[in-house]
Amino acid sequence: MTILAVDRLSITFGGVCAVDAVSFGIPQGLVFSIIGPNGAGKTTLLNLISGLYLPQDGRVLLAGEDVTGWVPERLARRGLSRTFQNLQIFFRLTAIENVMVGRHRHERTGLLADLLHLPAVGRQNRLTRQQAAAALERIGLQAMADRPAGSLAYGDLKRLEIARALATEPTLLLLDEPAAGCNAVEAAELEGVIRAIAKDGVTVVLVEHNMRLVMNVSDRILVLANGRTLAEGSATEVRADPAVIQAYLGVHGAQEAGHAGG
Amino acid sequence: MTMHQLFKSRLTMIVAVVVLAALLPMFFPSAYYYRVAALVFVFALAGIGLNLLMGYTGQVSLGHAGFIGIGAYAVAVGPTHFGLPPWLSFLVGAALSAAVAYLVGRPILRLRGHYLAVATLGFGTLLSIVFTNEAHLTGGPDGMAVQRLLLFGWAARGSETWYWISAISFVIGAVLAVNLMDSPTGRALRAIHDSEVAARVLGIDVAKKKLTVFVISAVYASVAGSYLALFNGHITPEVSGFLRSIELVAMVVLGGMGSIAGSLVGAAVIVMLPQVLSFLHDYEHMVLGLIIMAVMIFLRQGIVPSLTAMLARRHP
Repeated sequence: MTILAVDRLSITFGGVCAVDAVSFGIPQGLVFSIIGPNGAGKTTLLNLISGLYLPQDGRVLLAGEDVTGWVPERLARRGLSRTFQNLQIFFRLTAIENVMVGRHRHERTGLLADLLHLPAVGRQNRLTRQQAAAALERIGLQAMADRPAGSLAYGDLKRLEIARALATEPTLLLLDEPAAGCNAVEAAELEGVIRAIAKDGVTVVLVEHNMRLVMNVSDRILVLANGRTLAEGSATEVRADPAVIQAYLGVHGAQEAGHAGG
Repeated sequence: MTMHQLFKSRLTMIVAVVVLAALLPMFFPSAYYYRVAALVFVFALAGIGLNLLMGYTGQVSLGHAGFIGIGAYAVAVGPTHFGLPPWLSFLVGAALSAAVAYLVGRPILRLRGHYLAVATLGFGTLLSIVFTNEAHLTGGPDGMAVQRLLLFGWAARGSETWYWISAISFVIGAVLAVNLMDSPTGRALRAIHDSEVAARVLGIDVAKKKLTVFVISAVYASVAGSYLALFNGHITPEVSGFLRSIELVAMVVLGGMGSIAGSLVGAAVIVMLPQVLSFLHDYEHMVLGLIIMAVMIFLRQGIVPSLTAMLARRHP
């Protein structure tokens, strides 16, 4: 089943086409990567899909349903969650509380019960905390559970954001440069995390500059340049595509690569 | 912290405040102190409400005294002009504040930071002008008398009575606030403070949550306003003025943003310090300002959170 279909999606900022008639479809459970040079429109595309930007043209279909123009909170309730390129952590909360907030859409107490601290609220708090603790353990952050999120290391915060997004139980997870600022070891760990997520049946859309990670983990890759689709295919296909080589290395670089290959 | 510990700490807090309130009068040299203490509890109640909005959710309001005004004028106007009993006027005031907060909050809570601050400032000023200009109802700038609260034929009068009413109300208000923050709604509110966009992509309806906490904080202010009017027996538009709104913000920031106990300490400082400093006559306000500045410089997170952090460092 196609979990996400994007159809001729477009948006312009001040006359510049940031995303220009981009279309693709992602079958369930795949890792789908979006790559391209800086300013290619990758993050803009993620913002369009996750409802932070309103597209000027085109449609977004989530599990066959037209969700174009839906606000992020409504999309989240339909199983779309994401992380951010620049961290969006709840810094005043502890690590485990960050993940607990991710459980919010599954929590079932009303405002009046919350104010009166009825027994159901105590039960809900305990359940949410257990689930969040399990999520932290999966990404190896259980030792940090009760520390203020603001005191965690950068790489840990990157993983905390993923755990928090996963706590919503998404069917589609958008990861915006999860390896940015990570060292080689952390990036390798991340590879394992992404594989495990996909294995659980969650479809992953990955925007990433770390090519080793992208080539290792992706089932399919979309290459963007200047807001347009340059190529789409498997890692091997995309790597061999002359247009992609040219976009990444420039015309001159592509010629050199050609010489080296010949 | 386990749930058991949390429950224990909540119970500990209630017992501590009740014991404190019961023992405090033993040290009062005169009935006047009942009056000051009652005022502290009443303003602390309004402070808790504003703290939920500002300290926990991160939304500034510079017009919260407007809701104090609604609560105050409800118990003044209701019995005088509409023949409603004071207790019913009290409830009508709370409901009216909630309704006004809902209607005003929908458009202005979309604003952020300084823009929200200015919008709420405008709202507070507007209400203050209404209370001043609708003289046929409110008595204009001179204000109006407020009938005594009658409950089952018993008239609530005198500072000692109001000391107990306000102390008990403060405890109830504090418990409700602590409950709220230790719940799914509370976690969502605190998350909104740090990142609205992250809260949204996790499925939290940020606009709705902000509106909810704005309405709750308005009801706290309204209840405090009603008490203030019933206690004083007289009310003027000044109660809803800009200065009162600023005092409320000062209480919350001084006591500690995101600290319920801080709201009590902040209210105590703002209510009592002018009384303590009154011997300075002309220099009273200057010294008051200096003390507030010093507290903010040396106890940056507010009195309660800063002192708690210091104690924790000393006794790890």
